[in-house]
Amino acid sequence: MSTEIELSIYVFVLAVFLGLELVKHVSPLLHTPLMSLTNAISAISVVGAILITGAGEASLLSKILGVVAVTFATINIVSGFLITDRMLKMFRKEKPQSTK
Amino acid sequence: MINEIWQVAYLVAAVTIVLSIKWLSSPASARNGVRAGQIGMLFAIIGTLLRHEVVSFEWIAAGLVIGSGIGVPLAYLMPMTSVPQLTALSHAFGAFAAALVGTAEYYHRAPTGFPMVALVVETLLGYLTATASVMAFGKLQEIIPTRPLTYKGQNFVNVSLLAAAIGLAVWEVQGGAPWWAFPAFSGLSLLFGVLLILPIGGGDMPTVIALLNSYAGMAAAAMGFALNNRLLIIAGALNASSGFILSVIMCKAMNRSFTNVLFGAFGQVQESGPAKTSDKPFRSASPEDAASILLNARKVVIVPGYGMAVAQAQHKIRELTDMLTKRGVDVQFAIHPVAGRMPGHMNVLLAEADIPYDRLHEMEDINPEFIETDVALVIGANDVVNPAARHDTASPIYGMPILDVDKAQTVMVIKRSMNPGFAGIDNELYYDDRTLMLFGDAKQFVADIVKELPTAA
Repeated sequence: MSTEIELSIYVFVLAVFLGLELVKHVSPLLHTPLMSLTNAISAISVVGAILITGAGEASLLSKILGVVAVTFATINIVSGFLITDRMLKMFRKEKPQSTK
Repeated sequence: MINEIWQVAYLVAAVTIVLSIKWLSSPASARNGVRAGQIGMLFAIIGTLLRHEVVSFEWIAAGLVIGSGIGVPLAYLMPMTSVPQLTALSHAFGAFAAALVGTAEYYHRAPTGFPMVALVVETLLGYLTATASVMAFGKLQEIIPTRPLTYKGQNFVNVSLLAAAIGLAVWEVQGGAPWWAFPAFSGLSLLFGVLLILPIGGGDMPTVIALLNSYAGMAAAAMGFALNNRLLIIAGALNASSGFILSVIMCKAMNRSFTNVLFGAFGQVQESGPAKTSDKPFRSASPEDAASILLNARKVVIVPGYGMAVAQAQHKIRELTDMLTKRGVDVQFAIHPVAGRMPGHMNVLLAEADIPYDRLHEMEDINPEFIETDVALVIGANDVVNPAARHDTASPIYGMPILDVDKAQTVMVIKRSMNPGFAGIDNELYYDDRTLMLFGDAKQFVADIVKELPTAA
């Protein structure tokens, strides 16, 4: 196995553990925002979509698939982040005086 | 190692994405978490555009503009109550994007060896998550019947379909596969996603949405292996583990295993246990009675369930809460982990109605308090308050942790009729001497109670 792949596997495993640790501490109150935030983050695949769409020697088929992928991933990113923010805006603590 | 600007941008993106999940852990810092995530995504996109493999920009720009043009109205026009649907739809787009990149890569570069293994994993997960998410969207939006759709030999069909898809994938990796193998593999993956969701009932949606979230993350991580891109691996892995943890939490909250959820056990329960409504006597009450009982209570705990979401009763509940609080009644909320259609669904709805989150309590925290509670008001929840889960070993929900509303002095249940809930299980709570049944639409009934409360303090 090449060192490149080996290194990537280490990165993957460590990131999985980091994810488990981080999410364990998220309050159940915020589980829906968490889902929609990670939903937006999963659209990081936009990176791969841009690489294939912008590649100089790409065939027409690859370019078409790529541009659809860029569009879809962008929909996911934009709607995911915006809806998370919309939700979080609604969460407020009980502070009769200090709000507004 | 780092000698180009895009590598720096990727590093910044990876760090901000980690921070974004970290900050989401508490309501105080959560909005910063969203900002960090947005910055991370921006750096990821800009960094990618700066790479010299990327030479033409017109198509990319078109995709980004069209995507934003659809995404922005989607996020703002959807009502807050449709968050589960929107999340499912959004998943479908993201997963489909991942699968399309895998397909494009296959025809563009035709990789071999390890990157090809990653590519088929990415494509399989991407396609199946895409159609499964569309199906979940359909069920949540009630375009498709929410009850489990089962038929004889269903699990056999599903497993053989998946096996066939994996077989074709292995063939592709080994090399020498005919031209039709990849399209067939893609088609089977798409079909498998549809069939996977058919047997899943509405009540299992929290687990399934979390699981699909995890799959989408794994697809992104697999893409990272295929393209040798560590940013994709990190973001994908974080996402995969987050979705996985949530689905484990949901399964635990229902005392069920993964396989049990995925292979539609509740569908069988419905057939085996005839949904019998017993003729035992029960007591019902009018809005006037309910209002006076609530006014005389010192402590009220409201238990919302999916019925509240369906009836859109949260704003009326807020009014009720405000009026009772003004009269010195302590009103709190008890949230079961699987109440609703996605993890944390009730919290979002109650927050939408402007109910402060420090009144919303998790099951473990509120359960000891029921014993000193005067009134437990159950609104649209059923199985999560069924005491049979504690002692009736024959019950399909036996062992599921529940909210101990039966320990309260008085229990009031707002419900449309005596019909059993989603699992078709009769609820002994309704026949208890301390239980009052309030029949009607949740929103209407709460509004009627509010009307009965005296307006001046």
